[in-house]
Amino acid sequence: MGTTLLLAPLLAPLAAGALAAVLPWGRVVAATGVVAALVILASAIGLAAVAGSPAAGARVGWLHADALAVFMLLVIGVVATLATLAGIGYVQAELAAGHTTPGSVRWYGVLVQVFIAAMVTAVESRNLGITWVAIEATTVATAFLVGHRRTRAAMEATWKYVLICSVGIALALLGTVFLYLAALHAGATTTQALDLGWLTTHAGALDPGVTRMAMGLLLLGYGTKAGLVPFHTWLADAHSQAPAPVSALMSGVLLAVAFSILARIRVIADGAVGPGFLRVGLLVVGLLTLVVAAGLLVVQRDYKRMLAYSTMENMGLLALAAAAGTPLATTALLLHILGHGIGKSVLFLSSGQVQQAHGSTAIADVSAILTRRPLLGAVLAAGLAALIGLPPFSLFASELGIVRGLAERGLVLPLGIGLLLVLIAAAALVRHGIGLLLGSPQPDQPRIALPATVAIPLVVGVVLLVALGISVAPLQTLLTHAGAILAGPR
Amino acid sequence: MSPTTYAGLVDLAAASLLLASVLVVWRRDVRAMVTVLAVQGLAVAALPVLEGLHGHEPSLFGIAGLMLALRAVAIPAILAHLVRDRPEARETRPLVNVSASLLVVALLTTVAYGVAQPLVALDPTPAVHAAPAALAVVLIAVFTMATRRRAMSQVIGFLMLDNGIVALAFLTTQGIPLVVELGASLDVLLAVVVLQVLVGRMRAATGGTDLDDLAELRD
Repeated sequence: MGTTLLLAPLLAPLAAGALAAVLPWGRVVAATGVVAALVILASAIGLAAVAGSPAAGARVGWLHADALAVFMLLVIGVVATLATLAGIGYVQAELAAGHTTPGSVRWYGVLVQVFIAAMVTAVESRNLGITWVAIEATTVATAFLVGHRRTRAAMEATWKYVLICSVGIALALLGTVFLYLAALHAGATTTQALDLGWLTTHAGALDPGVTRMAMGLLLLGYGTKAGLVPFHTWLADAHSQAPAPVSALMSGVLLAVAFSILARIRVIADGAVGPGFLRVGLLVVGLLTLVVAAGLLVVQRDYKRMLAYSTMENMGLLALAAAAGTPLATTALLLHILGHGIGKSVLFLSSGQVQQAHGSTAIADVSAILTRRPLLGAVLAAGLAALIGLPPFSLFASELGIVRGLAERGLVLPLGIGLLLVLIAAAALVRHGIGLLLGSPQPDQPRIALPATVAIPLVVGVVLLVALGISVAPLQTLLTHAGAILAGPR
Repeated sequence: MSPTTYAGLVDLAAASLLLASVLVVWRRDVRAMVTVLAVQGLAVAALPVLEGLHGHEPSLFGIAGLMLALRAVAIPAILAHLVRDRPEARETRPLVNVSASLLVVALLTTVAYGVAQPLVALDPTPAVHAAPAALAVVLIAVFTMATRRRAMSQVIGFLMLDNGIVALAFLTTQGIPLVVELGASLDVLLAVVVLQVLVGRMRAATGGTDLDDLAELRD
């Protein structure tokens, strides 16, 4: 049973991708994509029952499903379901408006599923080498998705995305090589040397000098994919140019998946070179990311870029949580990943509808969404409120948990600076949000379409955020065990 | 192969890698850079051959063949094709001039030897003693990417970076697992293919405009 549940999330999107390659885009292909996402979600729920304790969990070859892997699968499943469902209406509108061709759409159908399968592999792999290949495969799959519209701006974004992420991931490869070397010298066989389990239990035997180099490079490398400073410059360009469902997947899960790998690696680093090394690294990178994100949010004029910088802000927050590294902080970190994934997907998918209506992503061009399309306006308002960290949404609880985690660890100064930057970012989001949502409707403003396939995932997303904010009881066991993996051995 | 010959040949390959990087920084003609890159690919592919002969592991010859085909033949060929019909293929916009760049390269090489001390201390074999040269290639590549503005120069910088990393892997660990090596190859291929497709799309869309002229996305 465990084997089936472990393989299903991998095979389902691959099968759906193969189908999309054979058949032209249409109801069958689109529906299969949604079903594949639901299979991931269902498998994650099934695996959660098996992953009762941190050590347990299904395992086949180099695939495993410990509590952390199951939790990340759950996030992928939820966001992929929302994004593929909303993708149906989005693609239809793009085709109708002549922004894309049936040939490109077929590629879209294939690449989205390959992208999802690569993320599942990255999460389920217990071998750091294969995880690296999977993360790199996400760049391969998404490169042409970012440039889907083939405009000048889309091509520029694709180029920056491919180049910067390739360099980042190459640095992660170098880090992986150094870690492999350290592990071989600590007595690992070639198959054990990149195994997460072996590295975690034998971390103390790794050569500190080489491991330090490895960890610095891995922080930079996976940090690139997670949108952390200094290689964050691809993020806003790619997120603003990609089709809305792809932005949702990238912002909602891809960055979080890359970050979860970094958080796992931190446990190995703590065992090998002591907890101070990566803590300082994560604090510096996290705070600088917050500075850049908050600054650019304040001056932002483009609503899709605004959402991208808000994602960066949240990734900075995750870095601070990982730096604290107490069980409380890591559990909150995971809950934040889930809440942010859902909230940001809802916002990107909504922004896609606005963009299709206006043909522009400038904040100044859009106003009065709340009166022109009340349901969409309400969803946008709820999504922004969630991101700012207001109750009753789950991000309120997770941000509170991160704050308490940092305080628990005695990191008072970073906490103070971080809170100030989060407040600045929140104020900017409120100001821009008011500009988009309120105002009096003008007669010449275009009608914003909201087909059922888009409306349903938006409403479901908001309902999920509220439900998680009221109670995380159904997830509590999984969260606690997954958080314990990230907190490391006591 | 006697240990002395092996050590000498490893040093030769590593030195060629480093020399190729210096040449890329020195030359501003993109076509010359592509040729140098092919030579560097050859030097990288020589490393698994030497390790295979030294450690009696024939499986490394297969990897060497793959790397030779990709890094010394296929990728340089695609790049050469891209610059063939562009007579103006010179790096016209370096942020740092050539003589200053060469000084930085010398500095980076020194830094690489300092940084690589933990590696050498951990495992003082002849191959690891040559590793700092590969690390220097990595640093020089990052510097090249940061100071060159043309898309073509940046891709060449990235390919140097990748050559340096793969060479480091062979010098320090007798090669990373095959899947990882394949993944790394896929990554360099992607960068080159995306470049090719984008250049094609740009020409189809706007006629003469170059990828380098794109600068619309900023805050």
